[in-house]
Amino acid sequence: MTVQRDKVHQGQVYLDHAATTPMLSAAIEAYADAMRVVGNPASIHSHGQNAKRMLEEAREHVARSVGCDPIEVVFTGGGTEAINLAIKGLFWARAPRTRILAPGGEHHATLDTVEWLERHEGAVVEWLPLDALGRVDLAAVDRAISANPADIALITMLAANNEVGTLQPVAQVAALAAAHGIPVHVDAVSAYGHVPIDFGALGRAGVSALSVSAHKIGGPVGIGALVLSRRATVVPLIHGGGQQRQVRSGTQDVAAAVSFAVAASAIVADLPGEGARLAALRDRVIAGVRAAVPEAVLNGDPDPAGRLPGNAHFTFPGCEGDSLLFLLDAAGVSVSTGSACQAGIPEPSHVLRAMGRSEPEARGALRITLGRTSTDADVDAFLRALPAAWAQAARAGLADREPAR
Amino acid sequence: MSGGVDSAVAAARAVEAGHEVVGVHLALSRMPGTLRTGSRGCCTIEDSMDAQRAANIIGIPYYVWDFSERFKLDVVDDFIAEYAAGRTPNPCMRCNERIKFAALLEKAVALGFDAVCTGHYASILTDADGNRELHRASAWAKDQSYVLGVLTTEQLAHSMFPLGSTPSKAEVRAEAAERGFSVANKPDSYDICFIPDGDTRGWLAERVAPATGDILDRDGAKLGEHDGAVAFTVGQRKGLQIGTPAADGKPRFVLEVRPITNTVVVGPKEALAIREIAGSTFTWCGVPPARPEVAFECDVQIRAHADPVPATAQVVGDGASAELVIIPNEPLTGVAPGQTAVVYVGTRVLGQCTIDSTVSAVPVAATSTAAADA
Repeated sequence: MTVQRDKVHQGQVYLDHAATTPMLSAAIEAYADAMRVVGNPASIHSHGQNAKRMLEEAREHVARSVGCDPIEVVFTGGGTEAINLAIKGLFWARAPRTRILAPGGEHHATLDTVEWLERHEGAVVEWLPLDALGRVDLAAVDRAISANPADIALITMLAANNEVGTLQPVAQVAALAAAHGIPVHVDAVSAYGHVPIDFGALGRAGVSALSVSAHKIGGPVGIGALVLSRRATVVPLIHGGGQQRQVRSGTQDVAAAVSFAVAASAIVADLPGEGARLAALRDRVIAGVRAAVPEAVLNGDPDPAGRLPGNAHFTFPGCEGDSLLFLLDAAGVSVSTGSACQAGIPEPSHVLRAMGRSEPEARGALRITLGRTSTDADVDAFLRALPAAWAQAARAGLADREPAR
Repeated sequence: MSGGVDSAVAAARAVEAGHEVVGVHLALSRMPGTLRTGSRGCCTIEDSMDAQRAANIIGIPYYVWDFSERFKLDVVDDFIAEYAAGRTPNPCMRCNERIKFAALLEKAVALGFDAVCTGHYASILTDADGNRELHRASAWAKDQSYVLGVLTTEQLAHSMFPLGSTPSKAEVRAEAAERGFSVANKPDSYDICFIPDGDTRGWLAERVAPATGDILDRDGAKLGEHDGAVAFTVGQRKGLQIGTPAADGKPRFVLEVRPITNTVVVGPKEALAIREIAGSTFTWCGVPPARPEVAFECDVQIRAHADPVPATAQVVGDGASAELVIIPNEPLTGVAPGQTAVVYVGTRVLGQCTIDSTVSAVPVAATSTAAADA
């Protein structure tokens, strides 16, 4: 098969970088170059040693991007696998403890994993409340821990909410947990590459594991990493050759790791400047939306320092997010409603629901996320398309929710 | 686009006719199944993927629109309520009336579309004055104009049925194969899409609390008891479990289900013959008759796969009490309240009513020895 060119190659503006972001050219080239090199890193001969060298160099670059030791990087098939390995692995390793504490607005990779443990493995899940800005309530965390610290298997939480962009008080939660030796897993998939991550400092604060994904930072889809503290123990999900500390068996994907490492190195080099550049673009999006649609409500933290620099998230009262998405798409701009189930049906955002919003409010959500390739021209195109799309979506309203008679 | 072959070919033909087309798949359940099983052809994730693959090949954008809440309220709950009220509903017609050509059409028009295009086998023709008329498909064997009989003039103005002039389903499948659609040989769907295993009685029994009631003859004499009136349909013969045989020894059939008193009325087969149908919920499809209060000749069809029969129809009464009254030339069997009677003039769909009441061709006295006491 060949890659067909359609309208996404003809000027369609991409403002859904939180879903995935373009691969860096250097990461593509490194990927292709590395794929031409034969060798299983577990082999003993020269070809194996060369592959192992490439893999471990890659691991060092990824380790540097999150501030951990290379041995603490466990490559996985992506963010979802890393999250599954952390949550299930820590839960099983901490048996017979049964309680899992998790904030209400987590990503589905966490929600569904935790709920699976609840149904099949006897886990007792306590959903911690979010405040109106989408931030976990530290007092509630403290109360939940204090109730019976000895019975808590783990705490898992986002570093930054993937829908509304709110940064979470990870170090404070870790400190509360560390006082009782409770392991904390941090889902940093959406934060990675956008805000600095220092696993060394977080580890000292009490974080045991942290998940990241390559394709959110300009690396390839299909590889991620669980950053697993030397002190942490997880029961593996995948058994086999015992690769990667016996935690994640399977022949390691050298080429993907190399490509991941190129993207990881780029964020280390660029993050301070790039973060400020994205924040400025984001502030233009927010100001522009407010000017065009005064009714629009900014979700998440209005303080620029309290949210991901590339994230703008709004509720458009009285209209369906998926109508807006459709109309903007037709006008040449790709944005997101934030969440969709497997069948592609936009769901009312469970994050907004956890923040105390009504279901209609949770249906009128639109997420605009920026990345390395985003420009002022992209923001202009979005802001040009928005007024007409908003007017039409508001006319269409919520009609499809109301019965015919 | 359901994920079936008909809507895929309809979409492709609409594109080739020069229209700007967007593929829309209706999500009618919040908990769709993952894979298609048997004859279910519309609501699984696999069906949604089939629809998307067809849209990819045609080269049109594709979206899933969620009408699951409205589908539940307007179709599924209506289906349950109708059965609970002793009527025999047609959920596919309710879906056309309230979802596909109402909720979907309204949303589409609001979002800037001109029409809803589906893979139904029916034709839209234009009369000398430019008015749109709904007609049977060229291939009567596949004709679906009956289930579109609920369309109003306004809905018809925003509908497109590109398959109406196709000679056969085989032709549509061949065209789909030629176009490279993976669904070219996908089985036709039948049954009710929201009852996966086709067991309508069992499905209803879980949703309508059954209560023991009386089985009566046409004079009101008790013949036995039943476990729940909802389990009975007009015309049903089996499962009555009446101890005493009829005086004439002939089998008895369900003539009427009365949910308010939770009774089932049975009688001889002849009493099932209906000489008059009336419904107060009626619509005209396209230009209505100039003087509907004057009886006019037509054909009436009372089920999707029934043959049309000659009849006369007229509107009786005014305003809220107006009813469409249809008198078949010969008494008609297989008629139950809740069904839709679609009125045709030739191949044209003129209108329809939901059947509220029927008049038996056989008066009570003629079938009863106890008529004097009743």
